[in-house]
Amino acid sequence: MSQFLQQIVNGLSLGSIYALIALGYTMVYGIIKLINFAHGDVYMIGAYTAFIVTTYFGFSFFPALITCMVVCGLLGVLIERIAYRPLRHSPRITALITAIGVSYVIEYTTAYFMGSEKRTYPQLLSNASFQLGPIKISTQQIYIFLITIVLMLLLQFIIQKTKMGRAMRAVSTDENAAKLMGINVDNTISFTFLIGSALAGAAGILVGIYYNSINPLMGMVPGLKAFVAAVFGGIGSIPGAMIGGLFIGMAETMVIAYGSSLYRDAIVYAILIIVLIVKPTGLLGKNEREKV
Amino acid sequence: MAMLEVKDLHVHYGMIEALKGVSLQVEEGQIVSLIGANGAGKTTLLQSISGIVKKSSGDVHFIGKDIYKESPQKIVADGLTQVPEGRRIFAGMSVYENLILGAYLRKDKKEIQEDLQKVYQQFPILEQRKNQDASTLSGGEQQMLAMGRALMARPKLLLLDEPSMGLAPILVKEIFSIIQEINKTGTTILLVEQNAKMALSIADYAYVLETGNVVLSGTGKDLIESEDIQKAYLGG
Repeated sequence: MSQFLQQIVNGLSLGSIYALIALGYTMVYGIIKLINFAHGDVYMIGAYTAFIVTTYFGFSFFPALITCMVVCGLLGVLIERIAYRPLRHSPRITALITAIGVSYVIEYTTAYFMGSEKRTYPQLLSNASFQLGPIKISTQQIYIFLITIVLMLLLQFIIQKTKMGRAMRAVSTDENAAKLMGINVDNTISFTFLIGSALAGAAGILVGIYYNSINPLMGMVPGLKAFVAAVFGGIGSIPGAMIGGLFIGMAETMVIAYGSSLYRDAIVYAILIIVLIVKPTGLLGKNEREKV
Repeated sequence: MAMLEVKDLHVHYGMIEALKGVSLQVEEGQIVSLIGANGAGKTTLLQSISGIVKKSSGDVHFIGKDIYKESPQKIVADGLTQVPEGRRIFAGMSVYENLILGAYLRKDKKEIQEDLQKVYQQFPILEQRKNQDASTLSGGEQQMLAMGRALMARPKLLLLDEPSMGLAPILVKEIFSIIQEINKTGTTILLVEQNAKMALSIADYAYVLETGNVVLSGTGKDLIESEDIQKAYLGG
């Protein structure tokens, strides 16, 4: 029993990180119907940004977190501006292939400048841990969990209560009707990339701290898993991405604990296959139906 | 000079020419109707005026200003708002949020609230349902929401695309009387309709569009009495 509770704590930490990345996938998909396969690499850039500012400039955790979010947010805006905007009205497959191309460009540009070897993260947060009854919780896990919750609440606030959030929802429901309200669609899409990529940046630094090691290809697998999380929750749905991220993190942790860590990736893809067969719209996904 | 002046407007969809040189004028304070069958180019005309559809050539002036190349949001800011065909309300958002989105470009918070109260007065059903998901409204209520939402922009000229589409006859009457009320409070109206009889009966001036051309125009009264119109559009 105590081992099970311990695994839940571990699963929540890993799941929080997946959820942060999944949010970016789902927001971008919601607004321009593009699976942004470069999103995992934005998260990698977040991890590297934190590595650079903490190792070479001596930033402490919170300033590094903010820097990561800003750098990744701007990177996301830049990617959309250069790579996706010119293809806005092209067939979807064109933009999808471009996204994969952008992903490679980011990965290998990073490898060129930073080297392709693994880097060890400086210790930014104490790894002291508390004994809570039978469960051991580390300070890092608490930080990861709290930061994720704060960012999610902030995101919900932006989307539900602010003018920009309303514009985002309007554009994702009906782009032309949004234009007729006077909403600047291009700016709204840029803003979506800014927010989604900033969340990935936060995930980047948190993963660096949690796993203590980073490399230029680190975005690929978590990126795919976060994508699965977004599909599981219903792509386009923000609460869905949160639930999906936590679920995938939990499933992976449980497989490592009670099965074999060899299957930790397999379980995630198995979940993807099952979701696509049983409920392709995901847990909270909308059935697109139009009322005439 | 008329409030809205469209001259020799051409629009293409790929190889197909949807508007073949349309000219029309809307005088301030009037209700101008545009009637025509399916595929005549009515919606294309409104969408190109609003800047949603790309124009090929021609000239569009609104209150003396050249808006031919303006972006849709600039056109809304100028005071020209459209209630699109099929209402296009934002599903998944509440009635209140839909209305507030109508005032997206305005910054005068206090007056936005006042206008919201005015819209609620004009359409009491919207106030009753303000927290409800807009997609749960009936067709008539959605039309009222789309009109209320457009009014939240404080338009000088309101374009209405097929407001009676899919509505029961009693609701059609209600919608048309609301259009007249809106006009009386000082908003100029350009109305596109397939329901020619109703559209002509409230129009100060009207145009008949056929396959991308204006084939006839005149006062609403003249057109109702015209034999050609009776045959082609009024089932007489």
